[in-house]
Amino acid sequence: MKRPEPVQVVKQRRDAALRALVDGVPYIQYLGVTFDRRGDELTGVLPFDEKLIGNPLLPALHGGVTAAFMEMTAVITLSWSYLWEDIESGSLDFDPSGGTRMPRLPKTVDFSVDYLRSGLPRDAYARARINRSGRRYASVHVEGWQDNRDRLFAQATGHFVMPQRR
Amino acid sequence: MTDPDKLKLARQFIEAIPHSRDLGMELTEMDDGVAEITMPYDEKLIGDPETGVISGGAVSALMDTCCGAAVMSHPKNLAGTATLDLRIDYMRAATPGQQITTRATCYHVTRSVAFVRATACDEDKENPVATATGAFTVEGSA
Repeated sequence: MKRPEPVQVVKQRRDAALRALVDGVPYIQYLGVTFDRRGDELTGVLPFDEKLIGNPLLPALHGGVTAAFMEMTAVITLSWSYLWEDIESGSLDFDPSGGTRMPRLPKTVDFSVDYLRSGLPRDAYARARINRSGRRYASVHVEGWQDNRDRLFAQATGHFVMPQRR
Repeated sequence: MTDPDKLKLARQFIEAIPHSRDLGMELTEMDDGVAEITMPYDEKLIGDPETGVISGGAVSALMDTCCGAAVMSHPKNLAGTATLDLRIDYMRAATPGQQITTRATCYHVTRSVAFVRATACDEDKENPVATATGAFTVEGSA
């Protein structure tokens, strides 16, 4: 029987893949979005920053920031699930020195955001659920919350064109 | 017609939004339920590192600001506004290096809701990059 891989090796491989995926996108870096990983589950984290404010009187997060955060969470979660098998099998090897050519990201066709309450000036979280992912198209739903997981401040649905395997 | 004093305040409000300033947005028109805002190309907005195309999220931020400005400039809305729902359709990738211009029209206003449509173009004005439709709150109606 094959011995299971040491846990550090598994974690190192998955974290390197996630880092390569996220660090490659300048706009994700600009917003300051990071991703928490538990197994294959990802949670987008948007740390609060003054530059993200849309209404200085309240103050509240900019609706566009909320939309962008939710969309980035959808795109990364979708890529992550699409690459998962290749990451696990080792056929996609993310060299930390940056020699690997990154796979293309899915392209957004449409994205619809439902603003349920105003975004407070504190950290926000988002998790995406892939409702359907075919060879060409995918449909993704995203939930965003701040202090309480059950009190969403926004939810969104989007459709994406999947990258063609190369 | 929209009251000039109210319009001036609304314009100042839009121009003071920290996130919009950070993205270099510039309000070029705002009156009577119509607004136009430009956003310069910037490498920090890139969503696809391979092509240099800006992220859909950056276009969303521009669309949201512009739709909000259109609502605030409408004579029937007396104060601020908040986004209830915004849907964006991405028709094509914006050409890297080009400025994005968004134009929003608030085409119907009830006592509580403003309905808005917007279009975003790069330098090719014939082929929009994205369109948006949204619903916004109406505040302080008489």
